[in-house]
Amino acid sequence: MFESLSDRFEGIFSRLRGKGHLTAADVDDVLREIRLALLEADVNLAVVKSMLGRIRERAVGEDLSKALNPALQVKKIVLEELTETLGGETLRISYASKPPTVVLMAGLQGSGKTTNSAKLARWFRAQGRNPILVGTDLQRPAAVQQLRTLAEQVGVPVYSAPDDVVASGEGDPVEVARAARAEARAQGRDVLICDTAGRLAIDAEMMDQVRRISAELQPDYTFLVVDAMTGQDAVGVAESFNETLSLDGVILTKLDGDARGGAALSVKEVVGKPIAFASTGEKVEDFDLFHPDRLAGRILGEGDLATLIEKAEQAFEAEEAEAAAQRMLEGTFTLDDFLEQMQSIKKMGPLSGLMGMMPGVPKEVRDVEIEDHHIARIEGIIHSMTREERVQPDIIDGSRRSRIARGSGTSSSDVSQLVAQFRQMRQMMQEMGRTPKRKKKGRKGRKSGGRVTPKGAGKPKASSFQLPTREEMEAQLPDALKGPGSPGL
Amino acid sequence: MNTLYLLLVILAVVVVGGAVAFVALGGRGRSGIEDSSGAPVLLEEPPAEPAEAPEGDVDLLEPGLEAPAPGPAVEVPEAPVVEPEVVEAEVRPSFRERLAKARASMSGYLSSVLSRKEITEESYEELEEALLLADVGMGPTQELLDGLREKVRAEKLTTNAELLDALRAEMKSTLEGSTDLARSPESPTIWLFVGVNGVGKTTTIGKVGKRLADDGASVVMAAGDTFRAAAAEQLETWADRCGATIVRGAEGSDPSSVIFDAVEAAASRGTDVVLADTAGRLHTKSNLMDELSKVRRVADKGAGSVTEVLLVLDATTGQNGLAQARQFAEATDVTGVVLTKLDGSAKGGIVFAIRSELGLPVKLVGLGEKAADLVDFDADEFVDALVST
Repeated sequence: MFESLSDRFEGIFSRLRGKGHLTAADVDDVLREIRLALLEADVNLAVVKSMLGRIRERAVGEDLSKALNPALQVKKIVLEELTETLGGETLRISYASKPPTVVLMAGLQGSGKTTNSAKLARWFRAQGRNPILVGTDLQRPAAVQQLRTLAEQVGVPVYSAPDDVVASGEGDPVEVARAARAEARAQGRDVLICDTAGRLAIDAEMMDQVRRISAELQPDYTFLVVDAMTGQDAVGVAESFNETLSLDGVILTKLDGDARGGAALSVKEVVGKPIAFASTGEKVEDFDLFHPDRLAGRILGEGDLATLIEKAEQAFEAEEAEAAAQRMLEGTFTLDDFLEQMQSIKKMGPLSGLMGMMPGVPKEVRDVEIEDHHIARIEGIIHSMTREERVQPDIIDGSRRSRIARGSGTSSSDVSQLVAQFRQMRQMMQEMGRTPKRKKKGRKGRKSGGRVTPKGAGKPKASSFQLPTREEMEAQLPDALKGPGSPGL
Repeated sequence: MNTLYLLLVILAVVVVGGAVAFVALGGRGRSGIEDSSGAPVLLEEPPAEPAEAPEGDVDLLEPGLEAPAPGPAVEVPEAPVVEPEVVEAEVRPSFRERLAKARASMSGYLSSVLSRKEITEESYEELEEALLLADVGMGPTQELLDGLREKVRAEKLTTNAELLDALRAEMKSTLEGSTDLARSPESPTIWLFVGVNGVGKTTTIGKVGKRLADDGASVVMAAGDTFRAAAAEQLETWADRCGATIVRGAEGSDPSSVIFDAVEAAASRGTDVVLADTAGRLHTKSNLMDELSKVRRVADKGAGSVTEVLLVLDATTGQNGLAQARQFAEATDVTGVVLTKLDGSAKGGIVFAIRSELGLPVKLVGLGEKAADLVDFDADEFVDALVST
C-alpha cells in the first residue's frame, strides 16, 4: 500500500530528467514527497517539520543539479538525516554492582509489556544472567497467569502476589515490588524485571501507582514499551511517561508487521531516549538489541541491507560462498549449489523476514508468508532428482518430471515451476557477471510498472521483481562494509 | 570478505526467496492450512466439508458446573456487577468528557484558526495540521479539506467559525453510519472479534457480553484465542462477571473447532449470542490470516450465522490501521470497527481513512475501562468532542 520513497522520487526525478538544474519549485516537490512519506510512516508532525528544515538546507547546499543521480542523492540525505535522528549507539546494559539489576517495564495497555518482559528475561538469560520476573499487573484479568506461562517457556521464575490475592484484584502492586527485591536476593537472582499494568498516560491514579513502584524498586533501567503501529500520539505518551518515570529507553514491539515505525523515530527525537530493544515476532526468541540506524531504511520503505549482510556473514562459510558466487557469475551454478544456499539462508532466519530487509522487493512478494514446509517442498523436489538432473536441469523431460514429482510428493507442474525459476535465476546471476555496469537499459522494465502489481492482482509473478541495482545497494551499505577499493560488480 | 561476495549472497537470498514465494503461492490452495493433528473428532455432526472439520478437545465450562464456582473469592471489585441496570444506563460516559485530553492537542490549532478575521490559506494549513495530528492521515485530510474549500466557495462562507462548522459537518458525514449490531434470524447469533495483538479484543468481548447480559440476552463466549498465554483465563474472568457460559479448548488447539463447538453448545441450549474471541494477529502474516478466514467459515457452518465480524482497533494506531483494516476485511468480511482506548490522548483519526476507503463503519467505542464505558459510536458526538476548543 505504501510507496517507498524511491518510488515516489522516481516519478519526480523522471520529470526532471533532461533539465539542467533543479528549480526551487522542484526542490519543494521533492520535499513534499518526503513529508508525505514521513507522515505516512507515522513520524510526528513536529518532528517532520524540523527534519524537513534540515533536509531542505542540505539539499540546497549540495547543489543537486550536478549530482549524477539526484534521486539517489536526495535519498541519501534523507537516510542520513533519519539515521542521525534515530542516532546514538546501541544500548549497552551495565549491571548494578549490588545485584539485582532492576528493570521496570511501563507502557500503554496492549503494547506488549508482559510478553516483552518474558522476552527480555530470555535475553538476559542468554547473556548468562539469572533473571526473575515480577508480576505487578494485578488489574487485568489473568495478566499474572500470562506472565507465568511465558516465564515457564523461557525458564525464568516469577514472583507475584499469591494466587488468591491476584484473583481478588485487591493486591497492592507496590507491596509486590517491595517483596520482590528481597525474593530476588534470596534466590540469588541478579536481574529483576518488573512487569506493570498497562495504563493511560493521563490516568493520574495509575501513573502515581507506577511512580510508587518505581520509587520502591529504584530501577536501573526503565523501559517504555511502544507499539510500532502507534500514530501521532506516541510522542505525548512518551513525554508523560518520561516525566513520571525518567525513561532509559524504548522497547519497540510488533515490528514484524508492516508498520513503518515512525513513532519510534519521533520518540527518540522528542524525548531523546534511544530504542533499546525491538521485538520482531511472536516467538520469545524474536527479540534483540535494537540497531537504531537500521530503522531509517524501513521508515522510508527501503529495506535493511545492513542487518541482512550481518546475518549473511554469520550464516555463510566465507570460502564456500565465494566459490558458489563465482559459479553464479559464470552461470555454472547448479541445483546442488542452490540447495546449499538454501540451507545457509535458512540459518539466517525466516525467509520472509529476510525478504523484507531487501531493498527493491515488491510488497506482494515481501508479504508472502514463507513457511518451512514450503522450503521443505523445494528441497524435496531437488532431493528427488538425480545428480545429473541437478547439474543440468535442462535434461528434465516429461517422464523425469513425473518421477521427480512422485518422489517428492508434489505435482509435475511444481517441478517445472521450480526448474523454470532456477533457470531464470541462473540467467539473472549470469547477467550480473557479464555486464558489470548495468545502467538505465536494464532498468526499463521497472519503470513500466514491473514492480507495481495492480491492487488485488493476487499472485505476484516471481519474475515481476527486479533485482536492486548495485547503486541502490551500495547507497545503503554502512561505510565500514564498503572498504577501500572494493571491486564493483 | 568483500562486497562482491556479500552482494551475491544477498542476491541469492532474494532469488531463493522469490522462487520460494512463487512456489508457495502457487501451491497455496492445496497446501493450505490443514494440519493433521490426528486428534479424534468429537462432534456428532461433522460439518459439510471434511477438510475443515474442527478437531481437538474442547472443554465446556458452565458457571456453577464444572467451572470453578464464581464464589466470593473471584468477585472482582471493579466490575460493576452489583450495580442495578438502571444505573448502567445513566452512567453512559460522554464523548466530550472522555475525549478531553485528546481534544487538548487540537484545540490550539482551532483557536488559532478562530482568532483570524477571515478564511485564509493559513486557516487551511492549521486545519491540516490538526487533522494530521489526529492520525486522520494525508489522504483523508486532503479529501476533507478539498470538500471544505468547495463548500466555502459554494456557500460563500466568510468567517472561520463557519469554516469550522463546515469541517465538522464534513467529518460527521464521513463517519455517519448505522451502529446496530445485527442479530441472525435463527439463533444463535455469532459475533466474531478480530484484530492485531493488544488492541483489546478479549476485553471488548467481556464488555459486550456484559451489555448483552444486562439486556437479558444469554451469551456463550468462545475462547478462540488459543495462542496467547492465559487468554482463555482472561475471558473466563469476564464470563464469570456477566454470567456467560465459556467454551474453551486446550492451549494451542484449533480455534475453528473451539468456536464451532461453542456455536453447537449455544444452539443446543438455545443461547442467543455467541461472542467469539480470536487470537491477535498481525495482518501481514498470511498463514494466520488464512486461519482466520477458516474460523469465519467454520463459525458459519453450524446453527445460526455470523452476523457481525468486528475489527477491534486501538485508537492510538497510526496509518498502519488502514492496512490492518484492509487485510482483515479481505480475510473475514469485517462488518464494522470497534475503536478502543479512546479515553487517552489518542484521537483515533484513522477511522476516517477506514470509513472512506473501505466503507467500514465504527460501531462501538471504548471510552474507559469499565464495562459501561463501551458505548455505541456516535459520529456527531465524536466529531463535536474532538473538533472544538
